Amino acid sequence: MFKVIASKMIVPNIHLLTLEAPEIARRVQPGQFVILRASEEGERTPLSVSDWDADLGTVTVILLNIGHTTDQLASLEAGMNIPTVVGPLGNATEIEKFGTVFCLGGCYGIGSIYPIAKALKEKGNKIVTIIEARSSYLFYWEDRFKALSDKLFLITRDGSKGLRGHIERLPQIVKEFGKPIDRVIANGCTFFMKRVSDMTRPLDLSTWVSLNPIMIDGTGMCGVCRVSVGKSTKFACVDGPDFDGHQVNWDELLQRRKTYMAEEAVPMRTSRCEEHSLKLRKN
Amino acid sequence: MAETVKKKLDLRRRSMPKQMPEVRRHNFKEVALGYTEKSAVEEAKRCIQCPKPRCVGNCPVEINIPGFIQAIADENFERGVRILKEKNCLPAVCGRVCPQEEQCEETCILQKKGGQIAIGRLERFLADWEAVQGELKIPAIPRSTDKKVAVIGGGPAGLTVAGDLIQLGHQVTIFEALHEMGGVLIYGIPEFRLPKLIVKREVDYLQKLGVVLRTDYVVGKTRTVESLLEEYDAIFVGSGAGLPWFMSIPGENLNGVYSANEYLTRLNLMKGFLFPEYHTPVKSHKRVAVVGGGNVAMDCARSALRLGAESRIVYRRSREEMPARLEEIENAEEEGVIFDLLTLPLRYIGDDNGWVKAMEIMKMELGEPDDSGRRRPVPIEGSETIVPVDAVVCAIGNSPNPLIPKTTPGLEVGKRGNIVADEETGRTSRDKIWAGGDVVTGAATVILAMGAGRKAARSMHQYLSSP
Repeated sequence: MFKVIASKMIVPNIHLLTLEAPEIARRVQPGQFVILRASEEGERTPLSVSDWDADLGTVTVILLNIGHTTDQLASLEAGMNIPTVVGPLGNATEIEKFGTVFCLGGCYGIGSIYPIAKALKEKGNKIVTIIEARSSYLFYWEDRFKALSDKLFLITRDGSKGLRGHIERLPQIVKEFGKPIDRVIANGCTFFMKRVSDMTRPLDLSTWVSLNPIMIDGTGMCGVCRVSVGKSTKFACVDGPDFDGHQVNWDELLQRRKTYMAEEAVPMRTSRCEEHSLKLRKN
Repeated sequence: MAETVKKKLDLRRRSMPKQMPEVRRHNFKEVALGYTEKSAVEEAKRCIQCPKPRCVGNCPVEINIPGFIQAIADENFERGVRILKEKNCLPAVCGRVCPQEEQCEETCILQKKGGQIAIGRLERFLADWEAVQGELKIPAIPRSTDKKVAVIGGGPAGLTVAGDLIQLGHQVTIFEALHEMGGVLIYGIPEFRLPKLIVKREVDYLQKLGVVLRTDYVVGKTRTVESLLEEYDAIFVGSGAGLPWFMSIPGENLNGVYSANEYLTRLNLMKGFLFPEYHTPVKSHKRVAVVGGGNVAMDCARSALRLGAESRIVYRRSREEMPARLEEIENAEEEGVIFDLLTLPLRYIGDDNGWVKAMEIMKMELGEPDDSGRRRPVPIEGSETIVPVDAVVCAIGNSPNPLIPKTTPGLEVGKRGNIVADEETGRTSRDKIWAGGDVVTGAATVILAMGAGRKAARSMHQYLSSP
């Protein structure tokens, strides 16, 4: 059993979960993920590690409450136990001195790009961070990014903060930035990473993405996480999750992620927004 | 003397009751129901107790087969269990999934006359008899040797190593990547062939013997082999199956095309057949094609049937060449699985939303024998047809698990990514590291993995006991 140290909705529908997992906390590196199981009947859910504390022995994930399982995870409270926290899985994001790195995050990817940006900064890179949300109230960890970024851009769909629009503003930002960019790293939903890759291809910017296909074991056994990268089939759990965004067959990945959409709705009886709001108020 | 003359050879193998095909094809409960005491004793009495039993020599774990059979004939089941467990810590599993027809039963002297003793059924009978007696008997274990052994992977190979070494007084910890012990016994073999309760019982037994079980622990990730070596005197790697093979034909990444590993893991480990009570979803398909002819293919086809689909096996050779156990092929046939033999899939065709809707197949005929000794399937030109399917399960095998070879420097690895280990001792190229099971051989059987575990345990014990 693994103890829940903290669980809170940090912005509407996005939850932070901190778990006691000392061995994982000791070894995890930026870009790796863990698999959680919220109950004995639960699914195995892969989630990128967004933060950790080796001394306290804790790991933190950020998740979007979007289906039955994520709702179950979102409903956990500090002090509760869950049966499975396993990892760190997948390969770490390549952390080298590249020069200038653009770190892009959307949704739960704002969380997982944070340790990557931090490690790259420590390696001596110039960090330009771009985070995107529908509206200003959906940003989190802004202060953390402010502290480590040489430049921080915010983009909101409604223009309530930063630039108006979405990640399609990237080419404009690149142009205004004016200096050479050595690498772009994007974390977020599949659609976000696809859009980023689509936009950086004509600009010829090396772009790395952290793929999030469906997984079960996450250790190179079941094969459900296969993705087409270039001409070959790769398994995201052991070959990835990071891949060259310009080589990924995005349409196939988007398609495959929809496999269980109909089934995912089955156990969802009603929305549980009120319950979560109550918890938020209590915190 | 007079008695032996009177005792005529009884060649009638006692049959084991099964659930009726029309009933069992709708449920996930165990198909074979096991011997009653009466039929077990009758079957055991047929054994002529050869002075030089050939069955034992053909058992990968060298069980004293005539010994336990005699005990059943004497109706001393407790003694039978004791004899069985001297060599086999997983009898309820082996009694169910071992291919006895090509091992112990094949060399039974009565086989020539068609009446070989049903050794597997008797083994199962004893294990099941013990289970209903309540508390399992824990044998006396020698004093601890203070040697620490790490076993990586809680499948058949690892469980055997753990069972053998704990009984020799070593301290054993099993590290299992998944959330349940048992490896392929849990994620691969379906409930209707091997109830998970039975696996759990065998694992509980090991725990009672003192084996420490660590689930959700991925050696190579959570901690490296290197780091384990600082704490443990010897390591056994039995990390099992790895990435599934596909045929590299068009359409294999369409939605609705599964690997056997995925299909079975969803159903068995994650209990997808109980969705939504268990949360891992399983699609309900109407027409499922399972590609392959091994036991895993049979498991997939029979599972698909139980989920309500029309289910077919697509296999490029004929029934004779099928690697699956005859018993499993017959079970599948009885239940209504359709067999498209001498048939090769050419490509999978998707609909507008990326879901498989049909497959193109081609008929084959058998030519000259190939390297495997089986007749090579040769395509019949012009026989291509398209058949509608809404799911395909690719059950053509898998490579060994890549995690340990990838993260353990100096460990010699073969061409297919398998760990290289000595066949007789399980020793790898690295000091203090042994290996066995699918991670060494590629996809094979439960009992072969157990046999490899047994040999490795012997070699490890020798190493651990030498000054």
